[in-house]
Amino acid sequence: MREKELEKLKDYKYGFSTDIENFKAPKGLNEDVIKFISNIKKEPKWLLDWRLKAYNRVKVLKEPNWQKPKYPKIDYQDLYYYSAPKSFKEKPKSLDELDPKLIETYNKLGIPLNEQKRLNGIAVDAVFDSVSVATTFKDTLTEKGIIFCSISEAIQKHPDLVKKYLGSVIPITDHYFATLNSAVFTDGSFVYIPPGVKCPMELSTYFRINASDTGQFERTLIIADKGSYVSYLEGCTAPMRDENQLHAANVELIALDDAEIKYSTVQNWYPGDKDGKGGIYNFVTKRGLCKGKNSKISWTQVETGSAITWKYPSCILQGDNSVGEFYSIAITNNHQKADTGTKMIHLGKNTKSKIISKGISAGFSDMTYRGLVDISPKSMNSSNYTQCDSLLMGNKCGAHTIPYIKNKNANSNIAHEATTSKISDEQLHYCQQRGLNSEEAVSLIVNGFCKEVLQQLPMEFAVEAQKLVGISLEGSVG
Amino acid sequence: MENFKTDFEKTLKNNNLSDKEIAFKNLNAKEFSSHGFPNRKDEDWKFSDINQIIKKEIGELNFYSEQLKKSEIDKNILLNEIEHNKLFFINGQLVQIDFNSEDKDKIEFLTNQNNIDEKLADNSLINLNNALSNKSYKLLVKKNYQIKKPLIIYHTTNSVLTSQNINLKINFELEENSTLKLIDLVKDEGNKNFINIFYNFSLEKNSILKNYKIDQFENENIRYMFNNIKQSSNSVSETFYLSKGSTFSKNEIFCDLKGEHSSAFVNGIFSLDKSKHHEIKTKINHFVENTKSYQLVKSVLENKSRSVYQGKIYVDSKAQKTDGYQLSKAILVDDTTEFNAKPELEIYADDVKCSHGSASGSLDENSIFYLMSRGLSYKEARELLINGFLVEVINQITDEPIKKLIKNLYGLKNEY
Repeated sequence: MREKELEKLKDYKYGFSTDIENFKAPKGLNEDVIKFISNIKKEPKWLLDWRLKAYNRVKVLKEPNWQKPKYPKIDYQDLYYYSAPKSFKEKPKSLDELDPKLIETYNKLGIPLNEQKRLNGIAVDAVFDSVSVATTFKDTLTEKGIIFCSISEAIQKHPDLVKKYLGSVIPITDHYFATLNSAVFTDGSFVYIPPGVKCPMELSTYFRINASDTGQFERTLIIADKGSYVSYLEGCTAPMRDENQLHAANVELIALDDAEIKYSTVQNWYPGDKDGKGGIYNFVTKRGLCKGKNSKISWTQVETGSAITWKYPSCILQGDNSVGEFYSIAITNNHQKADTGTKMIHLGKNTKSKIISKGISAGFSDMTYRGLVDISPKSMNSSNYTQCDSLLMGNKCGAHTIPYIKNKNANSNIAHEATTSKISDEQLHYCQQRGLNSEEAVSLIVNGFCKEVLQQLPMEFAVEAQKLVGISLEGSVG
Repeated sequence: MENFKTDFEKTLKNNNLSDKEIAFKNLNAKEFSSHGFPNRKDEDWKFSDINQIIKKEIGELNFYSEQLKKSEIDKNILLNEIEHNKLFFINGQLVQIDFNSEDKDKIEFLTNQNNIDEKLADNSLINLNNALSNKSYKLLVKKNYQIKKPLIIYHTTNSVLTSQNINLKINFELEENSTLKLIDLVKDEGNKNFINIFYNFSLEKNSILKNYKIDQFENENIRYMFNNIKQSSNSVSETFYLSKGSTFSKNEIFCDLKGEHSSAFVNGIFSLDKSKHHEIKTKINHFVENTKSYQLVKSVLENKSRSVYQGKIYVDSKAQKTDGYQLSKAILVDDTTEFNAKPELEIYADDVKCSHGSASGSLDENSIFYLMSRGLSYKEARELLINGFLVEVINQITDEPIKKLIKNLYGLKNEY
């Protein structure tokens, strides 16, 4: 039995689960559960009202079904909406009080929470099931006036900021999953960068789903005030389980005048086994608002995990001269499915956006790029450049491109290019002739195909992502 | 929809139909009644809400077409610069058949065909067409026959015609090694009608179809044309759209490449102004190896007009070595215009070469400056650039006399 488990872990090394006692809300979605969550987090009344308002909308909304990857109906009454390690009933004050099992889990994942052990100087907020367990390097950040904490803490300590910005980019009147998140979100990260401050280190959140039958509904809110800069990283893993688990997060970014936010994701949720059993449903809403003049938001994502990935990190370019960028690598293997892309909504003058998307599908998987570029009549002198390339390995998989292009302004330009191809025999032959075996050759070629996106990632992430690209495609050639 | 029900019953009563036909018509009528006209919620009609457009431009539609008294053909409409065969429709009714320049036993035009499809279409406008079009027509080009002169189908309306729905259905069969050159010419006196034309083409081995649809002359009608093409091996289809005159027009092409080495070419021009709204939607299905498709659509938009291009290439997992290409370009001349595109690829085979490109923007100021510095007026410079931009599409036409004809019709000089 044990050996079997180990054998399984070879394929997905983050597939272990931590045996930790959990404290859960009763199963199901109803007003009481929402009150329970709000109560346990000692939230103010306005937030509970806000959650209930969202819940009332969820009741009338219908789940969308226009996406390419179809999935069996989710029973929302059969999920736990809150799960926390039991030792968290009272939040530990410092790392010393943290349950050693949790620290061990994160060490295993390669995320040491102990600051001394960290050489690379990245501040981490670790989220375990429904709660944030630890945030590192707080003091260094506080000196600069940067707020980096869990959103629950922010609700207590910085209610004005939260009240002002929460839901300003993804309102509770949005689509089904986003609204569901507004009703039941449990934790997530909160970042505020004060005017003129360049954040001295990368900020990072690490999400981990541990308990079974839980959905993870985290909410991240990042505000970059005038003239500030922040680079934020997000990583995700989950244990291997036979059932599908739902992950429906909301991420809101707000960039004021001259501010810049760089948001990078390496998503490696459990993708399910070779036959497509189990895995995470990653239905995430990510949206950035370039609110101020000259602001910039850039999304970079490497999507290798999840049974189904369904997300469109978007930019609303409201401020004049604002810039939106989207760099994406999505890899699907075995029975994985992805429907991902971006939306660039140009509202301000002289706004620019750039989309580079690379999709690779292998095995029996299915990959769709879906994107929207919308230039409104008032958005003078705006431009967009889109390039989406797909690579197919074998004829059991699919690669699809569905761009929506709307140009309503005569002074604006949109250019779109897409190609679909396979790894050519000449390229493979050339590499193999020089001593690489076929898997190494494929890995090299794929990394070359993805280079434009990989080089957008911060250093540490880039190395990890590059390895991940190789691993995800293992066994897909031959 | 009340109108539709009573008019549909009238159509059943006043036409001599077999039981099978009545059953088929009932089925289609039911489908149409339950869906109604497509609206923005249908993905295929996302950019062109025909339900709203009909409501706004026409209001109540009349679905029952009276048998009209014999109408005179307006000789001025005929395209005399080219010798041709003709089919002349007035208000949806066939008034003249002329295949005088062809071998009588090689080409057949059959009227009074039973109008029954094998499958119920998943398109409410086709359902509407099937429910209301009377007998359908069939054109048969026999084995090894190359049509000598192009066939021009004149689609005309009388000035008395208004708020009327016209449905027309023609099946074309091209046997082995045959060729058909077909021009659809639209010329209207009547305004504010909804015209729904449905063509089925079946292309046998080595056959060639060239279809040129010309909507050049100003009119206030709403038009939907659907080409359904099935291609066997080595067959070629070439479709060209000049989309200009109508208030609203949507041309749809659905092409199945079922035989190896078959190929499909779709070329289109949108030249729009005065709040016109036109769309071309394509779906090319590559089902077998070594098939090719090529699409080129260009728009020039002025004065509140809007063009839409929805192109889709589907490549089945069996269809290795597919070559598929789509390119759409648009010039937005002023700020009131809109260009929407959805160039889509759906691919299940790995050894393929598929790509698409889309670009839209304003006229290039530098080029205008260049031309003006060489003595052209702004107007001339603009015209030269726009014509040069559009003529690339017309130059794709493989039939020289027809290319010349279309250039003339469009008002381009021969040196382009």
